[in-house]
Amino acid sequence: MMSPFDYAMPEIFLLAAVCVVLLLDIFLTRDLREVTYLAAQASLLATAGVVYTHAFTGNERLVGLGRHYVIDELGGVLKISILLLTMVVFVYARKFLRDQSMWRGEFFVLSLTAVLGMMIMISGYNLLVLYLGLELLALSMYALVAMRRDDGRATEAAMKYFVLGAIASGLLLYGLSMLYGLTGELSIRQIHEYLLGVPDSGANLPLLFTLVFLVAAVAFKFGAMPFHMWLPDVYHGAPTIVTLFLGSVPKIAAFALLMRLLAEGMAPLASGWSQLFLVLGLLSVAGGNLVAIAQTSFKRMLAYSTIAHMGFILLGAMTATHAGYSAAMFYVLVYALTAAGAFGVLVVMGREGFEADSLDDLKGLNERNPWLAFIMLLLLFSMAGIPPTVGFYAKLAVIKAVVDANLVWAAVIMVVMSVAGAYYYLRAIKMMYFDKPEPAPGSGGISVNAETGLDCQIVISLNGVLMLVLGVFPGLLMGVCSMALQASSL
Amino acid sequence: MSFEQVLFYLFSAVLLAAAAGMVTVRNPVFAALLLILCFFTSAALWILLQAEFLGIVLVLVYVGAVMVLFLFVIMMIDINQAELREGFVRYLPVGLFVAVAVAMEMILVLQSAGFGRSDRYQGVQHLPGYSNTEALGELLYSDYLYPLEIAAVILLVAIVTAIVLTLRRRPDARSQNVSQQVRVERSERVRLVRMVAEKRQERKTS
Repeated sequence: MMSPFDYAMPEIFLLAAVCVVLLLDIFLTRDLREVTYLAAQASLLATAGVVYTHAFTGNERLVGLGRHYVIDELGGVLKISILLLTMVVFVYARKFLRDQSMWRGEFFVLSLTAVLGMMIMISGYNLLVLYLGLELLALSMYALVAMRRDDGRATEAAMKYFVLGAIASGLLLYGLSMLYGLTGELSIRQIHEYLLGVPDSGANLPLLFTLVFLVAAVAFKFGAMPFHMWLPDVYHGAPTIVTLFLGSVPKIAAFALLMRLLAEGMAPLASGWSQLFLVLGLLSVAGGNLVAIAQTSFKRMLAYSTIAHMGFILLGAMTATHAGYSAAMFYVLVYALTAAGAFGVLVVMGREGFEADSLDDLKGLNERNPWLAFIMLLLLFSMAGIPPTVGFYAKLAVIKAVVDANLVWAAVIMVVMSVAGAYYYLRAIKMMYFDKPEPAPGSGGISVNAETGLDCQIVISLNGVLMLVLGVFPGLLMGVCSMALQASSL
Repeated sequence: MSFEQVLFYLFSAVLLAAAAGMVTVRNPVFAALLLILCFFTSAALWILLQAEFLGIVLVLVYVGAVMVLFLFVIMMIDINQAELREGFVRYLPVGLFVAVAVAMEMILVLQSAGFGRSDRYQGVQHLPGYSNTEALGELLYSDYLYPLEIAAVILLVAIVTAIVLTLRRRPDARSQNVSQQVRVERSERVRLVRMVAEKRQERKTS
């Protein structure tokens, strides 16, 4: 028999670790900041260990802690991916923060609290807990974006993110309060049962009214097309390492929110939200890919490509079938890994006082650092969905699920837009391999930092190689996704 | 109309007027004061609903602490009125149109469906001895302990964030370094110059 607080063991452990890191950092001098970094990495790894022993016991899913918390394999897989990816982010952060003289312990503390918020969201089984987890994540993110406060662009990005994020939170809260008013329940399971009892729930106006607000809030968190305005500015304005973190890990948490709130809680209303997601997804796939072509900043280009990728995830979830959910989960995990790698290359290309940002910085990368160029090639191939890499399989799985849902026309649009998207990925590859390096005026030429730490090199290499390995053996990850969802009967 | 209903409509009308005034008045101090009026009338509405604890907390926390601080901030910083209102007239028609459209749509949808007054929405009547505070506290620290703890973590993050964004060493800040002051040597303070003695100059009389 578990005592109530045994349920939330990983979160409690991580919170304790965050407090230790926070206090430790105060007593360390600048030269010893390395210890903060190591402590942050150790707490992530240890938390991953706790999650592993906690979630994969082979038992049925457990709902506890006053019906606020659920333990299941879906949560376990998502949490472990988040923790491991954040470790990767921290490796890049060590190099980046030193180069840009932002070497402060608060980055690690705030990232850890963001991870805590994501974990709370992932196993939240109550509207209140889901909302609070989301706020914890968002608040930490606002602070991370604004951390370089003497930079006007970063401050502007943080302001936009904050104001639009607050509006999205307002939408979500309004939807949640309506849902509570209609059902009288806060727990996901109870809401599900209540909705099953509503006759003809698909045509119930107040319920659909509620649904619109919830879907809008979820779409905002994903950055899907009509709710995407914040994304390019924030990606562009934030320090690259924050963009790397923001652009990869929280997408997994957003997927968890979608799963818990809509796929589980509002499953009886699936016909309602899947229509909305179909529109949002197609708009994102089309708009994201087309606008990305016109970008000159690499970070902005990746921001619009993110919008397109999020469209794929929404379209996978839209089918409301097991295959669709598995495809969406596979896609979000692969996307997070790919985005971390692509922004990671940007971090590795930067050096003291210089941040790689424009597409021109990629020019002639092959001459300067062939291995890095090859890794980037793999990552971009994966984003474009070119066969030997894993991105191809991810796109294929989603498209197959959409076709199986009898939406062939939607699948056709997805394929056509992916081809349009391949243009700007291939253009970047062409710049790396066939263009001459352009020395920026006054900066003495852009050279790849020769003394990139060994840890960065290993991580980025692993990241690139994984694109190939997972591309050749996609069944491994797909099996994990499918099994985890099966265990939650989704 | 019962007395309670009269009170409800009175407070609601004041609340709506104050809220509308808050966003439209020119002077930021008046806006803050109108916001305080909003809080007072909402507190009164809470109390009408027999949620006296929430009403009191709203007055104590928001009016007593938050808004007073807010007023200080408004008075401290120099807000450029003209710059703030620059786009107001230009964006007003669009904003107004969207707001009215959304509001109308929401009203139409909710009207047509009708939330229907069922038992579910009937207000609860409590006996005179009932303590709202006690019931709330019991619920908060038993059933809702987990969300409460998360809220506490959010407050912790807010503190860390505030410090991260404001605490920094300014390069032009001047401060005393006591140990350096103590270790000062004579040679740093006084310079002895060897020079030939000169005859004292006559002072000019002007």
